[in-house]
Amino acid sequence: MTGAFPLIRLLDKGAVVFLVLLGAFAIAIPVLNLLVPSSSALHVSTYLVALFGKYLCYALLALSIDLIWGYAGILSLGHGAFFALGGYAMGMYLMRQIGTRGVYANPILPDFMVFLNWPELPVYWYGFDYFAYAALMVLLVPGALAFVFGWFAFRSRVTGVYLSIITQALTYALLLGFFRNNFGFGGNNGLTDFKDILGFNVQAETTRNALLVTSCIALAFGFLICRAIVTSKFGKVLVAIRDAESRTRFLGYRVEAYKLFVFTLSACMAGVAGALYVPQVGIINPSEFAPGNSIEAVIWVAVGGRGTLTGAVLGAFVVNYAKTYFTSGILAPYWLFMLGGLFIGTTLLMPRGIIGTYNHWRANRSEKKVAAAPVASPSAAE
Amino acid sequence: MTDIPLEKQTTSALLYLDGISVSFDGFKALNELSFVVEPGEMRAIIGPNGAGKTTMMDVITGKTRPDSGDVYFQEGAYDLSKLDETQIALLGIGRKFQKPTVFEMHTVEDNLLLALENDRDVAATLLWRSSLPQEKRIDEVLDTIRLKGVRSRVAGSLSHGQKQWLEIGMLLAQEPKLLLVDEPVAGMTDVETMQTAELLKEINQSKTVVVVEHDMAFVRELGVKVTCLHEGAVLAEGSIDQVSQNERVVEVYLGR
Repeated sequence: MTGAFPLIRLLDKGAVVFLVLLGAFAIAIPVLNLLVPSSSALHVSTYLVALFGKYLCYALLALSIDLIWGYAGILSLGHGAFFALGGYAMGMYLMRQIGTRGVYANPILPDFMVFLNWPELPVYWYGFDYFAYAALMVLLVPGALAFVFGWFAFRSRVTGVYLSIITQALTYALLLGFFRNNFGFGGNNGLTDFKDILGFNVQAETTRNALLVTSCIALAFGFLICRAIVTSKFGKVLVAIRDAESRTRFLGYRVEAYKLFVFTLSACMAGVAGALYVPQVGIINPSEFAPGNSIEAVIWVAVGGRGTLTGAVLGAFVVNYAKTYFTSGILAPYWLFMLGGLFIGTTLLMPRGIIGTYNHWRANRSEKKVAAAPVASPSAAE
Repeated sequence: MTDIPLEKQTTSALLYLDGISVSFDGFKALNELSFVVEPGEMRAIIGPNGAGKTTMMDVITGKTRPDSGDVYFQEGAYDLSKLDETQIALLGIGRKFQKPTVFEMHTVEDNLLLALENDRDVAATLLWRSSLPQEKRIDEVLDTIRLKGVRSRVAGSLSHGQKQWLEIGMLLAQEPKLLLVDEPVAGMTDVETMQTAELLKEINQSKTVVVVEHDMAFVRELGVKVTCLHEGAVLAEGSIDQVSQNERVVEVYLGR
């Protein structure tokens, strides 16, 4: 009984629907790509597989933002930084896998280092030829940065718009740093021309499908972790902090410890999203640190519905699909206006986002049903 | 916590304030304020606007640091001026704010659950499971604050008076040694005011309570020792009749 209870709490109806849909997606896309002949109308092109894989990574990033913004009220406008750092860690692994197949055929140094006349591999590139080490760094580097940043920010009780501004500054500072050649990450070209991942060709159809499935699994895991957190008592404390921070403090909770934990966890999730993103798009460069990217990710969450988790995923898919659709047509020059309009429209007309509005509508409907059923007069209650 | 001189522990008071001064940009909010609250006592604090009532609460709960003076808790065992809000809350001082602040998005039950005396660190809340004694305690508190019928309603949908009670209930669930209650009946109907007085008297049977209030009828109903503050210092102290007959009190408080 007590063992079953947390599981029921974890998987409410919305969560089950979400996981089933995600599972169906993870099976259907590879089947339609690999097994259905390309002459068939049902065939999904490899281009679409890569595109959906990219969306899944964005969805995981959105999920990580929803966890801190939707539940703890921490509006990070620099979450793209953690995404990009995870991406760079994966990119460094992929660079080391190129080996002698680079333009300069140097077995150790990536092409850009040869080009810059670097005599040897910088120390911080050591170990990235091992996948396990790189995977660890994918979690550790964003996590450590978030921990240090959060430790200072939350202890000093930086909240609200001030916190948002310094997160912007954080990602902007990293953008400037990674642009520099002597930083050792390929300057403004970033890392690209990847060949293999774990011995498989990154361009191959099967690898692309495997990456898509892996992204689905990562998203499902991320979702379950978030669900476990927001349905626990810890999650209730987070919402309490979001709605009345000083009250929570006067109840005896260490608000900064709660924020630090969830912020660091969220950064690790963003790092994983970035790491899965890089092999699927084939490049990582400093533009991923651009403040605009982080703001866009916040828009996905707002459109889908903050504080709903599933909304973040839906928002990432809807907005990015719209972006792909509109930026490839004649409306391309107007995309940024549409994005801005979407954000303003959501804020003004649908502040709860898609899923939030739906939940609210359903809650209202069931409340009306309850109110209509009993005979008790409502006027007596007040 | 350990650097408090031993002689301070000679006080028998639960709460001991001596010569507290706080100034904001030259304005003296508290001016050499001193008073003590004995264990098990209920004390009403009155005073006109700007008398320093809320600042005093802020000093006790660690929100504001005093410029000078001593604040001791539990027979001088703890120097509150050196602790922060969380540490003070964990020592057993619960505070109800002037404006009712409950967690609006949580249900009444969850509000109490969050307040319930429990391990409050991150790992403990992540792994928390509900237990029978805790549920029983929530039921008891719901009975005390008369909100059993609305336990699963979202706190934001409660009436003003119900929110005030819920906040008092949250204080109770914290199992504090000392309750600081700031204007509990502001905005309440007469009936609710009297019910609140009953509630506080009930709570006082097991806990020490300090109530800040403007409403004279309410203070009279409580029937406890009254301290009148004025310009950051104690002006008069005694029973409500004694204090309200004091000429200076009448002058500053009931209108000059």
